[in-house]
Amino acid sequence: MAAEKTVTITDSTGVHARPATVLVNKAGNFASDVTVEYNGKSVNLKSIMGVMSLGIPKDAEIKIVAEGSDEAEAIDAIYEVIKQEGLGE
Amino acid sequence: MTNLTGIAASNGVAIAKAYTLETPDLSFETKKVDDTQAEVKRLNDALDVSKNELEKIKENARKTLGEEHAEIFSAHLLVLSDPELITPMEDKINNESVNAEAALDETANMFITMFEGMDNAYMRERAADIKDVTKRVMAHLLGASFPDPALIDEKVVIIAEDLTPSDTAQLNKQFVQGFTTNIGGRTSHSAIMARSLEIPAVVGTKTVTKDVKDGDMVIVDGIDGHVIINPSDEEITTYEQKQDDFEKQKEIWAQLKDEPTVSKEGEHVELVANIGTPEDVEGVINNGGEGVGLYRTEFLYMGKSDFPTEEEQFDAYKAVLEQMEDKPVVVRTLDIGGDKELSYLDLPDEMNPFLGFRAIRLCLERDDIFRTQLRALLRASTYGNLKIMFPMIATLNEFREAKSILLEEKDKLKEEGHDVSDDIEVGIMVEIPSTAVIARQFAKEVDFFSIGTNDLIQYTMAADRMNEQVSYLYQPYHPAILNLVNNVIEAAHAEGKWAGMCGEMAGDSIAIPILLGLGLDEFSMSATSILPARTQIKDLSKEELASYKDEILSMSTAEEVEAFVREKTDQ
Repeated sequence: MAAEKTVTITDSTGVHARPATVLVNKAGNFASDVTVEYNGKSVNLKSIMGVMSLGIPKDAEIKIVAEGSDEAEAIDAIYEVIKQEGLGE
Repeated sequence: MTNLTGIAASNGVAIAKAYTLETPDLSFETKKVDDTQAEVKRLNDALDVSKNELEKIKENARKTLGEEHAEIFSAHLLVLSDPELITPMEDKINNESVNAEAALDETANMFITMFEGMDNAYMRERAADIKDVTKRVMAHLLGASFPDPALIDEKVVIIAEDLTPSDTAQLNKQFVQGFTTNIGGRTSHSAIMARSLEIPAVVGTKTVTKDVKDGDMVIVDGIDGHVIINPSDEEITTYEQKQDDFEKQKEIWAQLKDEPTVSKEGEHVELVANIGTPEDVEGVINNGGEGVGLYRTEFLYMGKSDFPTEEEQFDAYKAVLEQMEDKPVVVRTLDIGGDKELSYLDLPDEMNPFLGFRAIRLCLERDDIFRTQLRALLRASTYGNLKIMFPMIATLNEFREAKSILLEEKDKLKEEGHDVSDDIEVGIMVEIPSTAVIARQFAKEVDFFSIGTNDLIQYTMAADRMNEQVSYLYQPYHPAILNLVNNVIEAAHAEGKWAGMCGEMAGDSIAIPILLGLGLDEFSMSATSILPARTQIKDLSKEELASYKDEILSMSTAEEVEAFVREKTDQ
């Protein structure tokens, strides 16, 4: 079973370099496979280029999915970072 | 031995080994390899070396430019650990038996093409990030080094095509003795930075990157604008002497550090400095500046991924005001747009950026950006003697609109319970001829003028100051410029206001006597020019120079003016 969470981006510039860096670093701390889906595309959240290639703008709705031994912790930690960074809710 | 001549951009003499800040030749051949395992290892080794270097660069950026600027290197580091980049490269080597160079190039290009194809300008810029990091890896694969100011750990002279703001910000004065570039003039960014760092520099040599190899011995004579490559022992002795003489001269200038600036008959004028960051204030104080005449706030906005917050700006302005104690600090509001771009602000390309959507024009349109800056300034105003200056004002309506936004924000801040000074002077930079011509009308409404000669000259002479082919038209002593300057000074004085100048001209030894005679009140220049200027003014009679005013203003050419001043002031 995978854990997932849907988030709306509120940052005026979308998911730009700095928050993307923080997200990728955070995802890299977990053993689970973590992906982010936007606009029908799904990419590895442990890949900075994958995340940036989505070009996620303000007001976008994204889905984060984690699958693996620590999936629940991964989703909680990543959601926490998104809120802390004022990136979305 | 080769000698080059360029533009003397920053005083002093540097003698050291060359460090070329140039991208090495990164061309390679696609080859088949037998031992794919060894090739994957070679790739990983190059990635590791690159990561180590980026860590150093990031650490240095954090120290010299601040946390925000260092973030970009965190992103670069992540690119080099990105499974979506590394795995395809390794697969390519394993499955197709190609060399690491080819695998890197193909994979990186795929991503670069993808980012370049995006319709968001910000994302397109990320293609440049990937190019940057893959170049570093490629250099290591090819056994070359990819230079960076942060990686310098011995005494060197830097050789470059040009230096970017982030390059110069990262120069460590302990190691970098001087620099010389192919392009640029006295007013280009690299020249201004060299003077603020107080390291000798010669710019605009056209060919120095071709003539100098890494490790060559180089002399940079920033006093007369010469570069000597692989000098003889005799030349080294001569220039060591020149270096000594310059140090002695500096000691003589330093005697006036705590003295006011007065002419021969005791008339006081103010000598203040141009700065770009709070770190520059130390240089202003060490060079006896009587204030800050131009604080360029652009640096707060550059090399970042987003606009600086009100808090960040407040901290910077407060730091400058506090360090300057009660001495005047003229802060110029954001002068961005045109040729000065911000990666996170998507502006259309323009045919004539210097005549385009920039500075106050942009700020009035994007008043959200403008208001954040004004709030930060107003909140900092209680920490010192703040004066606010709007750039690129072409009409009175622009000034009125900018000022009314300022007053609105002031009222809001007071309602929110913040302290705001009631003694903030609000003035304009005079750099557009239309404003210089009707300075009399402006003088009724502004508190002061500061003449920005670098732009005023280029607009008056219709000569792009970045274009070397028309650089002969950059004539500070041209009678047209002097008449405009005089018009501004007279207009200010008629209304009991003051007039300053914050272009390079204010620190020029030919211009100083003219400006003193015209009655200029404030001269703002690179910090290192202050003491020489004070020394010069001490021996000039303002009264005598004022008596030449009509004669100078009715001259026909810049050459005539220069010859006249040289004769009258024994230069």
